[in-house]
Amino acid sequence: MVAFGQFLEVFISGLLAGVLYSLVALGFVLIFKASGVFNFAQGSMVLLAGLALVRSLDWLVAKGFPVWAAIIAGLLFAAVIMAITAFLVERYVLGPLVNQDGLILFMSTIGVTFMIEGAAQMLFGSDVYPLALFPNDAWFLFDKAFDGGILVSKIDVWGGVIAAVLVAGLALFFQRTKTGRALRAVADDHAAAQSVGIPLDWIWFVVWLVAGLVALVAATVWGTKLGVQFSITFLALKALPVLIIGGFTSVPGAIVGGLIVGAGEKLAEAYLGPFIGGGIEYWFAYVLALVVLLARPQGLFGERIIERI
Amino acid sequence: MLYRETGQFKTSYAADMAIFPIRQDRIALGALLIFAFVGVPALDAFQVWPFGGEYLIRAILIPFLILSLAAVGLNTLTGYCGQLSLGSGAFMAIGAYSAYKFGTGVRIPLEIFTIDIPPLPVFWCILLGGLMAAFVGILFGVPSLRIKGLYLAVATLAAQFFFDWLFIRVKWFTNYTSSGSVVAPDLTFFGLYVNKPIERYMLCLIFVTVFALMAKNLVRGNIGRQWMAIRDMDIAAELMGIRPLYAKLTAFAISSFMIGVAGALWAFIYLGAWEPLAFNIDRSFQILFMVIIGGLGSILGSFLGAAFILVLPILLDQVPHALGIAVSVETVSLLVFMVTGALICWLLIVEPHGFARLWSTGKEKLRFWPYPY
Repeated sequence: MVAFGQFLEVFISGLLAGVLYSLVALGFVLIFKASGVFNFAQGSMVLLAGLALVRSLDWLVAKGFPVWAAIIAGLLFAAVIMAITAFLVERYVLGPLVNQDGLILFMSTIGVTFMIEGAAQMLFGSDVYPLALFPNDAWFLFDKAFDGGILVSKIDVWGGVIAAVLVAGLALFFQRTKTGRALRAVADDHAAAQSVGIPLDWIWFVVWLVAGLVALVAATVWGTKLGVQFSITFLALKALPVLIIGGFTSVPGAIVGGLIVGAGEKLAEAYLGPFIGGGIEYWFAYVLALVVLLARPQGLFGERIIERI
Repeated sequence: MLYRETGQFKTSYAADMAIFPIRQDRIALGALLIFAFVGVPALDAFQVWPFGGEYLIRAILIPFLILSLAAVGLNTLTGYCGQLSLGSGAFMAIGAYSAYKFGTGVRIPLEIFTIDIPPLPVFWCILLGGLMAAFVGILFGVPSLRIKGLYLAVATLAAQFFFDWLFIRVKWFTNYTSSGSVVAPDLTFFGLYVNKPIERYMLCLIFVTVFALMAKNLVRGNIGRQWMAIRDMDIAAELMGIRPLYAKLTAFAISSFMIGVAGALWAFIYLGAWEPLAFNIDRSFQILFMVIIGGLGSILGSFLGAAFILVLPILLDQVPHALGIAVSVETVSLLVFMVTGALICWLLIVEPHGFARLWSTGKEKLRFWPYPY
């Protein structure tokens, strides 16, 4: 039973890690759906949100505020920062680039990445800041059934719960609110949405704001896991294979893609790694994504690509 | 008035198909080449400002030439054939490490016999590095037959991450050095020992000139037109009888070949000793930026983009120094980051088609100058 227990442990920790990738991938999907922009800056937005949160928290706690008040104020502060970022990006970068080629928009978001990374570290410092919003230890489950039990880290479970709440919230927002409906309309067809009186620049601001808030949520979880630091921006690169497995345009796809990538990565590392030298987590997700793409060029849940002359 | 082709009659088919059909272009290019091949060494020999010391040649001109070559390579793929690739760093690494392996001798013990290739001359190593990159490029180009656009871009990242990992983890490629960093063999070309910066510069210049002219020649010919048809609309191109398999894979092969050669040059001539980090994903983005800022689908644009992306951080680094403001090194590097990002966004907004478009607008203006119409 040891082997099976070990398999379960690797599998579960992989799934949970995958949920955390999904948190980052969600931000990509939101922006891509609503504006067709492939937003490379999502990783740097996680960094910005994390830094804003952790620095304001530290400052408030040092000033003697109670912890719960500091957390609320810190979250609010970070949210405001993300709103300002969303406004600036929409107003000064994407606004003037309306109707440009997807590639140009993609490159401009890389420019935005540089700006956010530079500004975030200049404003809030560039060290590693520990964040302790969630417990970071582990549970041992089923230690009756398996020898030594199954180790599940609490932060990953928290991440899973938060992701579930977030997806439910986003689904409600998209389906039940007026703005959500407008967002879906814009996603379907910019010009048609505009012609029925939906203000595009406002919608895009909202989308970037929502993506910024998703980044903030991701930052709380990842910040607790790794500490808030520059390397958090590399999450963007981890989220890309999740995206193409799930499809750029699908929120459930981002979640399922995350689960597949997380579990696949951990299992491959555990069972394949010893044979070919370890560290294959680094590229396994991409090769997996490549294989999925060869079978389904639009990702598992992406909208079917119809091409006409 | 200055730039007008009036009176330049083409009397033969060959003249009509010339690489540079306009006389002014030929003169300008000739002058530029003479300056690069004769002027720069002469200025260097007499140590005329700004060639005093070796800084300009060693830290700006050599990397500029090599990265231009890589940008020309990526431009044939992305600009002419429309296949977006984020794996240029990996192809540079393949070029560099293959050249290194061929330069130090390849030994693969097999069951029955042992493949044993003695160390080859550096010149052949560099070309073989390019060939290996071309081979891998074809392999990673196969998905492009099914995947398009941004999906393809992410798929090419698979190459980037896989080869990053491969050259770090598989010690065979680095000849089992303990630190993982390797040293290029001595640069001896046909009996000439190349060591001084100006000699290295000349060597790069020869490679870059040959390959850039080759690329310019290719894109105006049959294969180049196939690429452009695929880029503009692949389904229509296929219906017209262009084979996507052939067109896309040749684009991948030729582009990877040039990027591979650039990688070998970068490792052998510019770095001398290097580790896998020299070819990570930042390098891929850097080259992609050169191509986009310079102008997709323009050989000249690749050079302009390379110059801009390479020189910009160096200049920005000097600004606080020149103004006499004391700021910490870290702040400067963050500032450079921010300003680079802002400038890239600004350039994309004012001219999404890059410097090449500015250049052609300028030419159009010159044609009528001093009259507006």
